[in-house]
Amino acid sequence: MRPIDTIIMEVQSETPLIKTLRLDRSLDPHPGQYAMVWIRGLDEVPMSFSGPDTITVQSVGEASEALNSMGEGRSIGLRGPLGKGFTLLGERILIIGGGVGTAPLAFLGEQAMNAGMEVTSLIGYRCCSDMIFLKRFQRLGRTIVTTDDGSSGIRGRVAAGLEALDLDDYDQIYLCGPELMMWDVISRSREHAKKTQACINRYFKCAVGICGSCCLDPDGLRVCVEGPVIRADRLLESEFGRYRRGPTGVKGPCRG
Amino acid sequence: MPSLSVHAGGLDLKNPVLLAAGILGTTGASLCRASRAGAGGVVTKSIGSVPRAGHPGPCIVHVDCGLINAMGLPNPSYKDFQAEIDAARKGRVPVIASIFASSAEEFAQISRNLDADALELNLSCPHAEKYGSELGRYPDLVESVTGAVKAASSVPVWVKLTPNTADILELGLAAQRGGADAVVAINTLKAMAIDIETGYPILGNRFGGLSGRAIKPVAVRAVYDLASRLEIPVIGVGGISSWEDAVEMIMAGASAIQVGTALLQGYGIFEEITSGLSAYLERKSITLDELCGMAGRCS
Repeated sequence: MRPIDTIIMEVQSETPLIKTLRLDRSLDPHPGQYAMVWIRGLDEVPMSFSGPDTITVQSVGEASEALNSMGEGRSIGLRGPLGKGFTLLGERILIIGGGVGTAPLAFLGEQAMNAGMEVTSLIGYRCCSDMIFLKRFQRLGRTIVTTDDGSSGIRGRVAAGLEALDLDDYDQIYLCGPELMMWDVISRSREHAKKTQACINRYFKCAVGICGSCCLDPDGLRVCVEGPVIRADRLLESEFGRYRRGPTGVKGPCRG
Repeated sequence: MPSLSVHAGGLDLKNPVLLAAGILGTTGASLCRASRAGAGGVVTKSIGSVPRAGHPGPCIVHVDCGLINAMGLPNPSYKDFQAEIDAARKGRVPVIASIFASSAEEFAQISRNLDADALELNLSCPHAEKYGSELGRYPDLVESVTGAVKAASSVPVWVKLTPNTADILELGLAAQRGGADAVVAINTLKAMAIDIETGYPILGNRFGGLSGRAIKPVAVRAVYDLASRLEIPVIGVGGISSWEDAVEMIMAGASAIQVGTALLQGYGIFEEITSGLSAYLERKSITLDELCGMAGRCS
């Protein structure tokens, strides 16, 4: 498809680096799906949906900074919704999110609640001023917060909050956040991998499954179309948490 | 079942349906997946001498009957690619390394340092400055680059030709003079798409290369012309997305074919084409060899 011209209707500042952009239309995405966002004249980058008509953007590079500095009324080009999102299963679900990775999970949790599911959330941030969507999660049900510096909730990474939970209680676990945080959770709960769906990130170029830049070792899974939501048992035996390829295809370390 | 095995361009292939360059060819794992799915051989992403990140996005745009791309030759450089080729070889079909460079010497240097079953010289990418068709549209450069790689390497050398020229046959003849073991035709056609809301060219690189169904008739004609004049085999590529397309391309004179954009349908395309081709040969009671170039003999 050609990029769909979309107007930014509203910009909400979540933290100094994170903004939520409300768009003039819903592309009817499933939580976990993404759009390729074209900032004209600059670049095109993948962004996951934080609601039916919103994307939540953290400034991490030139393109996301440009996107976050666009005001209301400006327009972007969108290809999407793309990829395979989360699948809601069971009656009691656990959401585990870190940082801006909580964005698609808040969207998912709201759909789960509307479907009558019981939702528990474990969400982690670097510090209390980095927290986003706390109220959205609290409206869903029991919410456990962790911060790296202890400024709110339990001190430590998200995995520190796992001790407060019995994973056997949940039919399905939904995970999104920095790769090493997700790896930490998955590798500590291997026996639950088959009921854990993780929304992961790789370098996307074509976003339609043919260029090969996002393929995961050792099976060549095309994250842009067969993901970005992937069951954790497939991730346990993959490159996930160990290395990732960048724009040139050279392997590099995973980020926190 | 009729045999689909073929000897083409110095390689023994269990079937003539190969994965084209630039498609799912960045990692050994994705190349292996293509061989497991039934590809008779796989061509890697084009590899150069230094790492490149490629063009800014958007890198592709869908148009009515195809895809325009301007990836910009992203690659980790040959120094960081051998491990991917080694992993791809676990798929147990020939692995053809596509390479690009801006001079005959640079081509030779890369070919000396990559261990693959064959080399495909990218003299045809239409959207990267100093590379691809910027060399490949000059017959004398096609000949000298081919000669330099032949001298530097002991494996079969295929030359992928650009259709963005007045006479592709001249380029094919130049590759043959340079000692090529096969030519591959065609690469993408120069193309562009513009966002009518704003006037911006959609691709980050502004223009790119058109692939997919739209270019198949152009490819069929190029393969027909080349096959009727060259003594070396022609590998047909451009818009093949069904077994019928494969039959047509082989009738035009292709000894083997490559599939690229049709991978949008998934890896099942290899099985779909090989089983359809096989059933066709059986129904017509002919061999692959008899099918090859049939159109030239009919005219």
